Amino acid sequence: MSWTFVFVLAGSAYFFKVLGLVVVGDRELPPVLSRCLALIPAALLAGIVVHDTFNGGRELVLDARALGVGAAALAAWRKVPLIGVIVIGAAVTAAVRALG
Amino acid sequence: MLRDSRMRQVIGACVTLGFAVGVFAIAFGVSSVSAGASVAQTCAMSLLVFTGASQFSAVSVIGSGGSAASAFGGAALLAARNGVYGLAMSRHLRGSLGTRLVAAQLTIDESTAMAVAQDDPEHRRAAFWVTGISVYVFWNTGTLIGALVGTAIDPRTYGLDAAIPAAFVGILFPLLRERVPRRAAFTGALVCLALIPFTAVGVPILCATVGVLFGIPEPAETVGSSEVVA
Repeated sequence: MSWTFVFVLAGSAYFFKVLGLVVVGDRELPPVLSRCLALIPAALLAGIVVHDTFNGGRELVLDARALGVGAAALAAWRKVPLIGVIVIGAAVTAAVRALG
Repeated sequence: MLRDSRMRQVIGACVTLGFAVGVFAIAFGVSSVSAGASVAQTCAMSLLVFTGASQFSAVSVIGSGGSAASAFGGAALLAARNGVYGLAMSRHLRGSLGTRLVAAQLTIDESTAMAVAQDDPEHRRAAFWVTGISVYVFWNTGTLIGALVGTAIDPRTYGLDAAIPAAFVGILFPLLRERVPRRAAFTGALVCLALIPFTAVGVPILCATVGVLFGIPEPAETVGSSEVVA
């Protein structure tokens, strides 16, 4: 990872925060744009989850991660707090790897 | 101000949340150094970028060999949601330009969620600032601990490569209760899976954002305003 990457990401993250809070402020966005923006986390996070679970470098793989993330999903569905979900995901992955 | 018992409750909840986020930050520190960032870069990200989902997604793409451009794309799109939070918070955070520029850096999932959950303006402002500052302190402390620990262990042994997707599953689940975000999420997941074998690392994640197109049709019934991650 390069320092340029760190600073460019920091700059753009702050840009969005200032844009919303200070620049645009109370002005209304077109409703269709706000509806689409509100869906970014759902679409993008779902993409990252399947990517980090099944990606084997240009191929789909099924390994210990799938069981770990599956257990994490079960925990999230049972409303376990976020930190518990993470610990369960990592612990199950580690256990499956140790046994396999 | 502290004599108000409701205010004490609000502040207590906000500080506790900050602490929980700090534990989560340890996972970020570990993931970041195992993806190849130095301890200093990892800490700089938490100090300057200060928005967890973006930091995790950048580290995830770079760690699996993706280009800086694709890592940046996904992270910047996730950071864009803080702009939406800023819109929601701006009418509650009056003050000098300097104050608002500081408030902007603290405008994240947690501070917005705690603030909008309060009924009166004074509690709302307090919840925003206390959550923002406590998350900032704990997030950066946790990151440093994780980065130092992460260089000393093999993350795969402890299943820490699954920590990022597990964290995102936890953040994602509450969003799936409503129909439209659920459709956006399933579409994003399917598009990403379908593209992994055919495109460069990072590109499938960016393409997952086509799911937001479900926001185009007018909702049939009034759904609550913008979705906030708790």
